[in-house]
Amino acid sequence: MSQKKISEDDWNLDNEKRQYVLRLFVTGASLNSRRAVVNLKDICEKYIKDDYSLEIIDVYQQKHIAEREQLLALPLLIKSHPLPEKRMIGDMSDTEKVLKGLGISI
Amino acid sequence: MNIKPSNFRAHLPSLPKSKTGIVGLDEITDGGLPKGRPTLICGAAGCGKTLFSIEFLVHGALEYNEPGVFIAFEEKAEELAVNVSSLGFDLKQLQQDKMIRLDHVHIERGEIEETGEYDLDGLFIRLGYAIDSIGAKRVVLDTIESLFSGLNNQAIIRAELRRLFGWLKEKEVTTIITGEKGEGTLTRHGLEEYVSDCVILLDHRVSNKISTRLLRIVKYRGSEHGTNEYPFLIDNDGIWVLPVTSLTLSHDVSTEKISSGIPALNKMLGGEGFFRGSSILVSGTAGTGKTSIAGCFANETCMNGERCIYFAFEESSRQIIRNMQSINIDLQQHVESGLLRFFASRPTLNGLEMHLLAINKMVIEFNPSVIVLDPITNLITVGTPSEVKSVLIRLIDFLQSRQVTVMFTALSLNDTVNEQTDESISSLVDAWMLVRDIEFNGERNRGFYVMKSRGMKHSNQVREFVISDEGLNMVDVFLGPEGVLTGSARKAQQLLEETGEAIRGHALSRKDREIERKRVVLESKIASLKEEFESIQEELNKTYIEDQLKQEVMEKSRREIEKNRGGDN
Repeated sequence: MSQKKISEDDWNLDNEKRQYVLRLFVTGASLNSRRAVVNLKDICEKYIKDDYSLEIIDVYQQKHIAEREQLLALPLLIKSHPLPEKRMIGDMSDTEKVLKGLGISI
Repeated sequence: MNIKPSNFRAHLPSLPKSKTGIVGLDEITDGGLPKGRPTLICGAAGCGKTLFSIEFLVHGALEYNEPGVFIAFEEKAEELAVNVSSLGFDLKQLQQDKMIRLDHVHIERGEIEETGEYDLDGLFIRLGYAIDSIGAKRVVLDTIESLFSGLNNQAIIRAELRRLFGWLKEKEVTTIITGEKGEGTLTRHGLEEYVSDCVILLDHRVSNKISTRLLRIVKYRGSEHGTNEYPFLIDNDGIWVLPVTSLTLSHDVSTEKISSGIPALNKMLGGEGFFRGSSILVSGTAGTGKTSIAGCFANETCMNGERCIYFAFEESSRQIIRNMQSINIDLQQHVESGLLRFFASRPTLNGLEMHLLAINKMVIEFNPSVIVLDPITNLITVGTPSEVKSVLIRLIDFLQSRQVTVMFTALSLNDTVNEQTDESISSLVDAWMLVRDIEFNGERNRGFYVMKSRGMKHSNQVREFVISDEGLNMVDVFLGPEGVLTGSARKAQQLLEETGEAIRGHALSRKDREIERKRVVLESKIASLKEEFESIQEELNKTYIEDQLKQEVMEKSRREIEKNRGGDN
């Protein structure tokens, strides 16, 4: 599982460069989390290759963000760009729903 | 084996409890909510669930030094703080002091796409973080059922809830979970399945347009608890529950007497008045002076430096003060000195149970030795006679346990004396006085008598109850050939008797003189007889002395002769 950290500048750069800005909140190495990471990466590589930035955040490491980000059900994927912002929960096994959530029509 | 149950029991650990600090609830639950376990509070919308749980946290923080976490699923944290500030709870300050932590969990249906298996770890992490950050001992989840409206997969939610409650127990925090009442079930989504330790049901019943709030402990595993429906109040001080159904009849009794304020009435009751802590009923038809008797009693109580609360259900306090002034009773001075408190309200202000609670609350706060309820008949407008009776039973019970003397006034509608009158509480009260109209000779006067007075010798006579500028008085009535005489007929009879007395007095003095004369005559007779007797006695004495002298002389001469003869020898 790779974790990618981006700074504020990168973020803005990425925004211009890349269309999809995704953040995935997971809880350590739980089954659902691992599945979500794998499934999401597969989907991204397949449908929006090189057109996205993905940040994977382990909530266990930064518990205080749970309140700020209104986290409840996990794993949670937030698509903050392109608008509208969209939230998806689950292990991302339902590809159709993930694509719908990302606003990608096949 | 010889095990004594009582000894055996003492060694068993009792269920540790966490005090709620809500007045009355800790008594009903025998010490509070189960410590370290979840408690479910359910009820319909607006029945006070949120307030209840906030109070639990605030009391915990302020009184028991137990910090608390409030997870709001419905209201935002700021809204909540504003809502409870009216009760004097400063949530902001408590949050700054790290005694309370508020977190609003925002859930909106349709916003979230579900793409497979998930869990509620986010909630666990948030909750865990909040608990650890302030070392919380108390947690409120209000209303966790919102999860069901925000998320689709019920199976996951149920499994996660089960896990959540288990996890909270492990954390050893005392938790309140609130749930909305469902159709035929305690909660809409069956939360009671998961919370098995303690379930409290709040109810808000409206009958006849008047609302009553009720609280019932549906279950409390491993603890004794009251099983009744307890009415509760929500007012400026928050929630107030009172366990007012203890009908044990085991209170202390006093032999101390308390004056009624009407000397003649005291005399009718054996000289000193009512027993302290007793209940007195004054009933009568309209305009017979019931309020005046009550006012007089209140006045006397305050005069003796004791406190009194006057609950008026018919007139305002100003009205009563003004009216009592007309019979020379100044209640205003007692109000100013703080001994007398008026509480005037229309009966329809509250439900019966609420009235009872309000009365109890004021009695506890003010600690009076006498209270007056004027009149209880008006309470009928908010309840059936049997409900009124049940409330009065509990009220009397409560007051007797605190040794508060209570005077009820009751309006009887018909003029005939009905033995079953007055909300049939006559069997409950210790003393029952009746004021009734006596219509006679073109006048309406008031007759007064003591129907009963437990434990004291009391007058069996009907008195005329007279209200004058100087105050109240009971006057003996006259029983003439035409019956009881009152009012002007009594006065006429009085005059008649006075005249008779004068005439009789005159006759008496004539006879006295006659006797005196006779006595003088007799005495003079006696004197003359006495003198007669003395002269006779003297006469008799005279002859007796003469005889004696004669004898002496004769003896003397005889000896002379003998001597002379001897000389011759």
